[in-house]
Amino acid sequence: MNIPRNELLAVGAGLAGAAVLAFLPLVTEGFWLSVSVNIMLYAAICTAWALFSGPTQLVSLASAAFFGVGTYSVAIFVDVLPFPALVLIAVAAGALLAILVGVATLRLSGVYFVIFTLGLAELMGQIVTWVQTNFGGTIGLYVFTDLTEAHLYWMLLALTVIVFMTGWLINRSRLGLALRIIGNDEAVARHVGVDTARARIILFAVSGAFIAVAGAIMAPRYSYITPDAAFNPMTSFLVVIMALLGGTRRLWGPLVGVVPFTLVMDFISGHFPNQTAVIVGIAFLSIVYVLPDGVTGQLESLFRRRRPTDHSLLATAVEEGR
Amino acid sequence: MSVPLLAIDRVRKAFGGLVAVNDVSFEVAQGELLGLIGPNGSGKTTMLNLISGALSPTSGNILLSGQPIAGLAAHKIARIGVARTFQLVRVLPSMSAVENVVAGAVFGHNRLWGGEALTLARELLARVGLKGREEIPVAAMTYIDQKRIELARALASNPHVLLLDEWLAGLNPSELRIGMELIREISAQGRTIIMVEHVMDAIRSLCQRCVVMNSGTKIADGISASVLADPEVVRAYLGDDDDA
Repeated sequence: MNIPRNELLAVGAGLAGAAVLAFLPLVTEGFWLSVSVNIMLYAAICTAWALFSGPTQLVSLASAAFFGVGTYSVAIFVDVLPFPALVLIAVAAGALLAILVGVATLRLSGVYFVIFTLGLAELMGQIVTWVQTNFGGTIGLYVFTDLTEAHLYWMLLALTVIVFMTGWLINRSRLGLALRIIGNDEAVARHVGVDTARARIILFAVSGAFIAVAGAIMAPRYSYITPDAAFNPMTSFLVVIMALLGGTRRLWGPLVGVVPFTLVMDFISGHFPNQTAVIVGIAFLSIVYVLPDGVTGQLESLFRRRRPTDHSLLATAVEEGR
Repeated sequence: MSVPLLAIDRVRKAFGGLVAVNDVSFEVAQGELLGLIGPNGSGKTTMLNLISGALSPTSGNILLSGQPIAGLAAHKIARIGVARTFQLVRVLPSMSAVENVVAGAVFGHNRLWGGEALTLARELLARVGLKGREEIPVAAMTYIDQKRIELARALASNPHVLLLDEWLAGLNPSELRIGMELIREISAQGRTIIMVEHVMDAIRSLCQRCVVMNSGTKIADGISASVLADPEVVRAYLGDDDDA
């Protein structure tokens, strides 16, 4: 199948944008570079999260579990292996964990899946704590590397580009079509011949592996890794909030949520450190109530209303008829 | 009749103590259009669910061209060559008409991809009477048009056996005529079809042969006209004289 011109343009624009962003550490450092690392981090994680949760409509709170597994892949082996090998370990560990969880949760849907994935991060954290207290002696691990903030930024930028390219390729593949069908109606998917279990697990593994890599890249920044920090459930919640704010219908949707939310969060946690959790909670509620399809979903429907075509008129008529 | 295309052999489905399908056997020949009828709750839809893999039988065998398919996962049975429509129409609401049909072509028995799948989907939409409406989101379509989409999606997989679960239900008289004509055409092209139906006129005019179920058991199997006149079949539908 030929690649449509507008998609090629979008890919070109995306790559050009990434190339421009790669110069950022050369013109700024300190505060803004550190904020940019955060933005890049959540851009990668949220997009990876939406790869799975967007089409399947299953809200995963396992991001913290994958992130922590990636962080610990680095923390455990940092003294014996070079950094690229650690990233590969994170890929394998994240994918393996996702496959195990995927198999275990195949028959779970809706809220049961959400709770299972929330428990997973907590379980992983507890297991690591238990292993370290019983066999390691200390709770934390030190990660000392030569990597600077700029290196982390470049690695996260590269990861984000790879996540986007993967998402684009998946959308163009049989797997992407299968996932859209599953998201619409799982029973129909099975009856047209989609192996729904396989599709779900593959995608969860891809998404989990990417989030683990993000965790691996961030490990040098923390320098002292504890289970509480690595498997912090806040990571999972922030990912969901930002992705929903942006919207998950489009590949670039989460990105629209990540940039403003990270900036605002940075301001809030700096100025109102004690009220942060409350503000995050309120933000979550208002996003779900006011923008259920995210900013991009809202803009799309506004755009459609302003330029009525045949089919949108029909759609409106049907909606009004209900 | 040589080797039947589909052989149902003493198939049983029990939900706890309730036996929905009770050791039912029948055969379907290549190219046949079989009516599967019976009063509400007689086990017809359960029977279709057993063939399509939505449910797996408690016991018994189902053979498609001699290959056992009973108890396989629905997606495997779909790939081997069984396609179906649903009693309550099930389209993929966020996708366009042509995408709905492509879904059948890509993952079903046919396994096409890209341009080929798209071409077939457009052809089939034209055949079911939706030419020129390929890009319309199906959520905006009328009931009969959604049923046409479902039929085209099932045909797109080029199945050995097509299962229609009350495909004609809920249509108004003129739509019913169009719908019956469509089924007749598809059957005339050699497709093997099993249709579960309550519309007796359709059974009479479309199906040479029909199987009648009542309370999970098969009570009649034969030429439609004589089966529909069978006193036991009449009793199953209308009740005993004593009750009346």
